[in-house]
Amino acid sequence: MDYSQFLNMGQELSLLAVILILFVADLFMCTDRKSGKGVLNTPLPVILLTVHTLLGLAPLVCPCCVADATAFGGMYVSSNMAIVVKTILSIGTIIVFLTAHEWLKQPEMANKQGEYYTLTLFTLLGMYFMVSAGHFLMFFIGLELASVPMTALIAYSKRSQESAEAAAKYILTALFSSGLMLYGISLLYGTTGTLYFEQMAPQISATNLVQLAALVLFIGGIGFKISLVPFHLWTADAYQGAPTAVTSYLSVISKGAAAFVLFVVLYKVFAPIIDQANLLFFWIIIFSITLANIFAVRQKNIKRFMAFSAISQAGYLVLGVMGATPQGMTAIVYYLLVYMVANLGVFLIISITEQRSGKLLISDYNGFYRTNPKLSFLMTLALFSLAGIPPFAGFFSKFFMFMAAFKAGFVVLVLIALVNTVISLYYYLLIVKAMYINPSDEPIPTFKSDGYTKLGLVLCTLGVVLIGIISWFYSYIDQFSFGL
Amino acid sequence: MNITIDYFLILSAVMLGAGMYGFFTRRNTLAILISIELILNAADINFAAFNRLCQTGIEGYVFTLFSIAISAAETAIAIAVMINIYRMLKNNYVDELDTLKW
Repeated sequence: MDYSQFLNMGQELSLLAVILILFVADLFMCTDRKSGKGVLNTPLPVILLTVHTLLGLAPLVCPCCVADATAFGGMYVSSNMAIVVKTILSIGTIIVFLTAHEWLKQPEMANKQGEYYTLTLFTLLGMYFMVSAGHFLMFFIGLELASVPMTALIAYSKRSQESAEAAAKYILTALFSSGLMLYGISLLYGTTGTLYFEQMAPQISATNLVQLAALVLFIGGIGFKISLVPFHLWTADAYQGAPTAVTSYLSVISKGAAAFVLFVVLYKVFAPIIDQANLLFFWIIIFSITLANIFAVRQKNIKRFMAFSAISQAGYLVLGVMGATPQGMTAIVYYLLVYMVANLGVFLIISITEQRSGKLLISDYNGFYRTNPKLSFLMTLALFSLAGIPPFAGFFSKFFMFMAAFKAGFVVLVLIALVNTVISLYYYLLIVKAMYINPSDEPIPTFKSDGYTKLGLVLCTLGVVLIGIISWFYSYIDQFSFGL
Repeated sequence: MNITIDYFLILSAVMLGAGMYGFFTRRNTLAILISIELILNAADINFAAFNRLCQTGIEGYVFTLFSIAISAAETAIAIAVMINIYRMLKNNYVDELDTLKW
């Protein structure tokens, strides 16, 4: 056996090293467990993860490293695009850790902080493997590694009934959908005799009904992870019940990884029956965007509101999958980056407001501008980016997404998505209106945010403002999109 | 008598159907979990049968082993969540899980 192949999976190994360091550090640094004083807090995980992110970029910067490397006989495939996606995911996780600081600082959380970081990073590791999978076994293990610790994270507030309920709903639907997907994979195995993505594609034909059934089951399983409409029922409950720092992780990171994998599998495995897949996605996207928009308008809880916003954004994200073109690939990764900074920015503000005042209803934000002008300004920027108002990044990401789908020939779909952008503008502006215009007798009192939240907000706001204007980001991602 | 692949496929399809029916109709969370196990095992039977009767190599068997291990891990964490719910509500019926809706 050639052990040097392990070096091809450098990012996974360094993430595993980060997890082990944090695990051991949790044992030894948290000496004062009895009195509940956790020493291990945000700095160590954030610094380690930043180092890991920078190290992971090495193959992109230095040309001496092999780009398209494989390990385990082709089960693990590393491409430049996968490295970019993993980097985006780990930057998102850093911002989520910054969000979680205030919440984990509470006395009752102090003695279980370490578990939060370990569990979160294990789900991230699962997504890494999923993104780089070249074989259905690797894909399935990655998917489960990403969703099983996620349940523990959702149920993290042990005394809260909402948290437990959200976790139960999440794990039952997750198991059901992964069971159906496993059945689909078994049908694929039975008809093709292999589980490698590359070898499977030539043996798939549109006339084989078993393979079409497998395609439907597969889309059902992955659609659950991305929370597309017929499979979205867990989303709102899980988002509302989970602790806010976990919700922000759930809404961006796990969704983005799954969307990328969906594209890779459609492109590599289901290429011969891509027309049938497109027909399915045509309706899935229309229902995701429209239904989620309608439901979002009538929400009162801001986390639940963000859940429906996330379902609708997932619909846009999957728009790039249509046709499986290289341009669609670039659009997905770029959309993921832009959506990540905007959504995490909103969640940073929701989280710090919840920690300081305990308020989570949209009506609680009435008069927020009078007491906290800076925060409401930043929140407005992030919401504008989510809605897609120029010159913020959200406009450009939506533009590239529509361009990709338009060039692939889905004109009607782009039109429906455009109409829905207007509806989404309405409900994002409802929050802006609550903050700036609606009067309130008891606005949320003025509070100071801590340093970590400020750092996270600076990163997110820079992203929202700059990623769209600086075209380097798009062209940098674009140069990798052809080889996948 | 020669046992062909059809017998296995019918068995696994029946298990899949029973599991889906149970998932949608049972009220007890543990019964729902058992239904999900039926679905997962149906897929495992498929893998093993396909490998034994249709394909060469051991890819399907290996997948079955991994899938059994993974579903055990999932079941463990699902039962942990249910115990937590039982402690709060003193029962584990899905109709009682109604604080979060709409």
